[in-house]
Amino acid sequence: MWYYVKKLQYPANVARTDLGMAKFLFAQYGGPDSELSASIRYLTQRYTMPIPQAKALLTDIGTEELAHWEIIGTLIYKLTDGATPEQMRRAGLGDHFAQHDNALYPHDAAGVPWTAAYIQATGDPIADLHENLAAEQKARATYEHLISLTDDPGVIATLAFLREREIVHFQRFGEALMLVKEYMDKPKHVF
Amino acid sequence: MYSKDMVDLLKEIMAVDFVVYELALFLDTHPNDRRALEDHNNFAMKSRQLREMFERKYGPLILDSVSEFPYQYINNPWPWEIRY
Repeated sequence: MWYYVKKLQYPANVARTDLGMAKFLFAQYGGPDSELSASIRYLTQRYTMPIPQAKALLTDIGTEELAHWEIIGTLIYKLTDGATPEQMRRAGLGDHFAQHDNALYPHDAAGVPWTAAYIQATGDPIADLHENLAAEQKARATYEHLISLTDDPGVIATLAFLREREIVHFQRFGEALMLVKEYMDKPKHVF
Repeated sequence: MYSKDMVDLLKEIMAVDFVVYELALFLDTHPNDRRALEDHNNFAMKSRQLREMFERKYGPLILDSVSEFPYQYINNPWPWEIRY
């Protein structure tokens, strides 16, 4: 089970309202390589991991990704705080406002709703861990795109933190892949 | 509302908890690294102390902490509402 702790993993600040940037950040709230996809992917795949190191890692990174989803949600909430319907409309968030007002909703930067089709769980630990390595790199690239779309120092610092986490997770998944390969290469019975 | 002292202590907890989490991920794939485990345990103890100090002053951060009457968990600010 899980417990909620009333704190963010990183102190996410914004300098001012920026609806355009909020719209772009939906890429990581409900897009294909979003924090939501990452969390659901790892927390789904963990059941069929063959070794304790991999079961632990997918559980713990999957949990951290939910904390990152909360950080992205916080940035969007703060960037849109107090925005009027007319301002939302001018920033390209009129479609969002029509359906969701100022609420958050897991869709991508273009408004496409999140779908489980963004993730895979094959039951094959080698295939799944390779998917995760690719997912971390795709998220890293997305963060670099997002950083280049803003000059807000608070948003940049927060996105730079999240980008770094993708790199650390990539490293840990690589180690888990090597450990799983070692395990699968071992003869099952040694007499 | 909340004070600067509350935010400063919360940020200290966030920083220490990040160290614990980072070391925990490392230990998932390096369970035999004694130095990393020592660091993990030291920061985990530090985290507990800070959390107890915070909760005594400002109320629970988590629902299984003991609360004064009336229930304090709902009152301290939510993470997305704080200016850090």
